[in-house]
Amino acid sequence: MSLPSRVDYTPEAAELLLKLTKINGPLMFHQSGGCCDGSSPMCYLKGEFRVGGSDVLVGELVIEGVEEAIRVWMSATQFEYWKHTHLTIDVVDGRGGGFSLESTEGKRFLTRSRLFTDEEWRVLENSPVTTGA
Amino acid sequence: MTDFIAPGQPGSKVTYLPRYDHWINGKYEKPDSGQYFENVTPVTGKVFCDVARGNAKDIDKALDAAHAAAPAWGKTSATERAIILNKIADRMEANVEAIAVAETWENGKPVREALYVDIPLAIDHFRYFAAAIRAQEGSAGELDNDTVAYHFHEPLGVVGQIIPWNFPILMAVWKLAPAIAAGNCVVLKPAEQTPVSILFLMDIIKDLLPDGVVNIVNGFGVEAGKPLASSPRIAKIAFTGETTTGRLIMQYASENIIPVTLELGGKSPNIFFGDVAAEDDAFYDKALEGFTMFAVNQGEVCTCPSRGLIDTKIYDRFLGDVTARTNAIKQGHPLDLSTMIGAQASTDQLEKILSYLDIGKKEGAKVITGGERADLGGELSGGYYVMPTIFEGHNKMRIFQEEIFGPVVSVTKFDGFDNAIEIANDSLYGLGAGVWTRDMNTAYRAGRAIQAGRVWTNCYHAYPAGAAFGGYKASGIGRENHKMMLDHYQQTKNLLVSYSPNKLGFF
Repeated sequence: MSLPSRVDYTPEAAELLLKLTKINGPLMFHQSGGCCDGSSPMCYLKGEFRVGGSDVLVGELVIEGVEEAIRVWMSATQFEYWKHTHLTIDVVDGRGGGFSLESTEGKRFLTRSRLFTDEEWRVLENSPVTTGA
Repeated sequence: MTDFIAPGQPGSKVTYLPRYDHWINGKYEKPDSGQYFENVTPVTGKVFCDVARGNAKDIDKALDAAHAAAPAWGKTSATERAIILNKIADRMEANVEAIAVAETWENGKPVREALYVDIPLAIDHFRYFAAAIRAQEGSAGELDNDTVAYHFHEPLGVVGQIIPWNFPILMAVWKLAPAIAAGNCVVLKPAEQTPVSILFLMDIIKDLLPDGVVNIVNGFGVEAGKPLASSPRIAKIAFTGETTTGRLIMQYASENIIPVTLELGGKSPNIFFGDVAAEDDAFYDKALEGFTMFAVNQGEVCTCPSRGLIDTKIYDRFLGDVTARTNAIKQGHPLDLSTMIGAQASTDQLEKILSYLDIGKKEGAKVITGGERADLGGELSGGYYVMPTIFEGHNKMRIFQEEIFGPVVSVTKFDGFDNAIEIANDSLYGLGAGVWTRDMNTAYRAGRAIQAGRVWTNCYHAYPAGAAFGGYKASGIGRENHKMMLDHYQQTKNLLVSYSPNKLGFF
């Protein structure tokens, strides 16, 4: 089995990401933890949020019409608790969410999750992860 | 008919304006963009007013006003500022019902919490810092016979504050009261989910403050919050929110070399040692209530006791009793005084909670009670309601590790003191914790061993102004409440004075 993807997106999320890319330029995500607007994926201009050795690259979203793959990051400590779950970036109606770019569209990105299957996990468990260092 | 009439209806204590501009330099100013966004009440899901959509130009205008006001405000005596803070408190007290109803309508919380907790705490906060600034003194240190070190407190100048939506007025006051007591001027950006209850309050107290001391700019985070947080014209930024935005704010602050205080949430353990069930008495009843505090403010509290750790010796009995207590929570119209749990603050917050109920079930956690969205019928069908939920599982599950910010508690058992502390500290966060026991030695040792800024001991969710509040680990930097908060809004000026007429002899 090839390396399973850790993160995916819904068609609605893809549509919004295409729109946001046209407005702003290349994008990135950093999955937030904690508090009010937290536990949500934050969407920024690529490079706006400085990642480093304490962040893990969860995956890249390759979207038709979006030239540059959108990297999805998470803090490494948080990843330890999340790594057994597959993530899907979805979008719902809403507002706010820190400085995330979609709020101006009346939308909010949302992370949906499922457990990896045993087969997927066997491959992923021992696969190295990339950090932002 | 609810106990309090909804804003805008005949006989209501509250009339919101149809449209709110920015509050800059003591008056309402139209947004630079000319654009407004809709403000929805989570009670019914309906729009009740429009709010100015701020941008960098509006933030700059507010900063202009704050900088113009800062020199004079910073030179007022502590007495003058304390008198103003006390007058604000008195004015709020005289209008407590209207302010409570306004906050409930915007946030969705039960009015009994706004009326008896949030707004009285906000009032007390102004009084506390009025007292604290009066009593604050610098120091004079006699370093040797001829040398004295004087230390003076000076205001920072103009500070930025970004407010969350869970307690739109109290969280604003936690930041405003110490900042203006210490002689600073403020540009404040409310949450876009709850932009106007703070303006409703401002309308009530506006004649008490000099123009430009407090300025309020609404708008989206990326359009208004970011220009404020990244502005080279602020001397400090205070933020309550989540970890990623917290890091981004620190990043901006590093560019300007300014201090930050961050309050970034938690996953607070609430620990029940076996002896709480030694008697079926008032204390046991108090402990059951302490567990059920996860439903306070619909669980939308950074310190929500969202992990219930129960001694294996009493597990079945205690879980049975707290489930019965949870099932007795009355969910209803937030404007009814008997309602114990109201609406989640926004539709996206509702969606996020539901996504966590989903992953909890997928990870194999057992739903003891709740676990679904609630439809309260009638006009409330459009509102954002969730059943109070108890999950049973283990501490490695994501519902034990991530802040859901809803009325959801994840329960597990522990075997002995060390195991309790190990589970409690197995978290990225360290904001709050609860310890329940009749043995004060156990209580003390547990309280000291838990890595959290606030350990409630035989109580929970009390927020007196005189107790320091803030996080360990990923829960943030700095403290709020307590007179030590003044230090977060002040510079230390040292005058090092030589009273010797003689030279050193070096040159």
